[in-house]
Amino acid sequence: MTTKSRAWGGWLWIAPALVLLAVFVYYPILDNFRLSLYSWNAFSPAHFVGIDNYRTAAQDPVFWRALRNNTTFAIVSLICQVGFSLALAAILEEFVHSRLRGILRTIYFIPAVISITVAGILFSFLYNPQIGLVNRALEAVGLDSWTHSWLGEPSTAMGSIIAMSQWQSIGYTAVLFVVAIQRIPREYYEAAKVDGAGPIRQFFSITVPMVREMTTLMVILTISGAFLVFNEVQVMTSGGPSNSSQVLGTWLYQNAFLQDNMGYASAIATVIFVITFVIAVVQLVVTRKRRVEL
Amino acid sequence: MTTSTSTPTVQSPVRSAPPPTSTVRVVGRRLRGLAVALLLAVLAIAVLYPLLWMVLSSFKDNREVFDHPWGLPGQLRWENFAKASSAGVVRYFVNSIIVTAASIVTTVLISAWAAFSLTRLKIRFGGFALGVVLGGLMIAPTVALIPLFGLLQSLHIYDTYWALIVLYTAFRIPFTTFLIRAYMIDLPREVDEAAILDGCSKSQAFWQVILPMCRPILVSSALLHALFAWNEFAFALVFLNNPNLKTLPVGLMDMQSRLLTDWPVQFAGLTMAALPMVVLFLIGQRQFLRGLTEGMGK
Repeated sequence: MTTKSRAWGGWLWIAPALVLLAVFVYYPILDNFRLSLYSWNAFSPAHFVGIDNYRTAAQDPVFWRALRNNTTFAIVSLICQVGFSLALAAILEEFVHSRLRGILRTIYFIPAVISITVAGILFSFLYNPQIGLVNRALEAVGLDSWTHSWLGEPSTAMGSIIAMSQWQSIGYTAVLFVVAIQRIPREYYEAAKVDGAGPIRQFFSITVPMVREMTTLMVILTISGAFLVFNEVQVMTSGGPSNSSQVLGTWLYQNAFLQDNMGYASAIATVIFVITFVIAVVQLVVTRKRRVEL
Repeated sequence: MTTSTSTPTVQSPVRSAPPPTSTVRVVGRRLRGLAVALLLAVLAIAVLYPLLWMVLSSFKDNREVFDHPWGLPGQLRWENFAKASSAGVVRYFVNSIIVTAASIVTTVLISAWAAFSLTRLKIRFGGFALGVVLGGLMIAPTVALIPLFGLLQSLHIYDTYWALIVLYTAFRIPFTTFLIRAYMIDLPREVDEAAILDGCSKSQAFWQVILPMCRPILVSSALLHALFAWNEFAFALVFLNNPNLKTLPVGLMDMQSRLLTDWPVQFAGLTMAALPMVVLFLIGQRQFLRGLTEGMGK
């Protein structure tokens, strides 16, 4: 009797967490799936339409544009926040005196603690054709023809948002890579030096394989982050001009809360959920497999 | 340092043999050093300059913003900050502090309880409970927006501080529990077992032994939660309507559409919004990084 009550008594401590998760995280996900099968909005009762909302998505050019934009976001972020950040971290560790290294690390990290709203508005000012520095800098070096109304033109809006996002995140991932590199035993590098391997060789044959676990994690987080992106776009362009910078998150938001197509918005949410869930499962499988290998 | 005791004697004659290549090597190394320094400096400028521009512009007047975008402000116009304050920044600031502070307490406390239960109390189906908590890491807030809209309305907390406090807590429990649990696992069991042998109840063991020992990770968790809650945008955008309740990220957007071309005041508002987290980061850098890397390493 006493052992039994002890075995259940422990649940009291975790109950608040489980209840909150059940009500505000898990239930909404399930409910969202159900809602995506109805046509409804804030003022009219729902009626069941089966997979019609998903058909709408398949035929909606903006949905595909959004998906493409998310994919571009993912690819650029992978190159910058995994590839470049890892190289940057290795350079910081290899070439920079430890005192200066700390200062640089702090500087590079700062954008990550600034809210996306602040960064987004700040960059919309930087891109602004009236007061922004980007066009002025181009004019100053004689590239007048390169100037744009960066967020106001369909051809440049998405790229400008992606660039802002890289500004915010490169330092953050670089710092995480620095930590991973510091965990590599120094002996490996010393042995490689003795064998005459230069810094580039060392990077590819020691650093890259030894931080593999962190790299996997970063790849996963970067890709799922790119498919969840919402704030940057909402703050800087709200998906415009003429839907050119629409991503799944903002298209969901617009359909749900501005155009009141709640059912269709729920279907978009389900698509986002499936994409990110698959990525998360891939991560679990990859890390587990690696654990087994080791 | 200690490893290279035998190798130099073998290697040194080979290395110092051809002098011409070594000068080439030295020049090459210098060039490489220069390229590296240049890269790092350019990057540091690219990171800092937009922020510097923001701060400098917040002291300018509208003409200076247009005519001297690269220059220093003619004088320090603190009135821009006063204007930004009365345009709503103070209100948003207070709202952000309320929501952030309240959700720090609830998130860290509830997560610490959960971690205690998972690491110290042998609960039945503990593996299942762990799965439920950590599974939340895989779920993105965006996906839950629409159902939450209805749910919060039926709970009568839509458009109140509680909407954000409850959601920030629920969605950050998985990560925070994960952090604290990883730390608690490594704490020596002997200490709390001894406390319980001495007649402490479970609850005393938690409050008087475990929790104080977890202080470092609790600080890290609180800092990371502060960063999240202070900057969160999507929930604050959708679940708050009353302009008096809006937090900084959404309030700044409102302000931007209200002030339009009063640039210096806008810059002042941005500076005020960014400052607390930058300062907090500079002070608590180590705790921030511990939290992040503790989360990554396991």
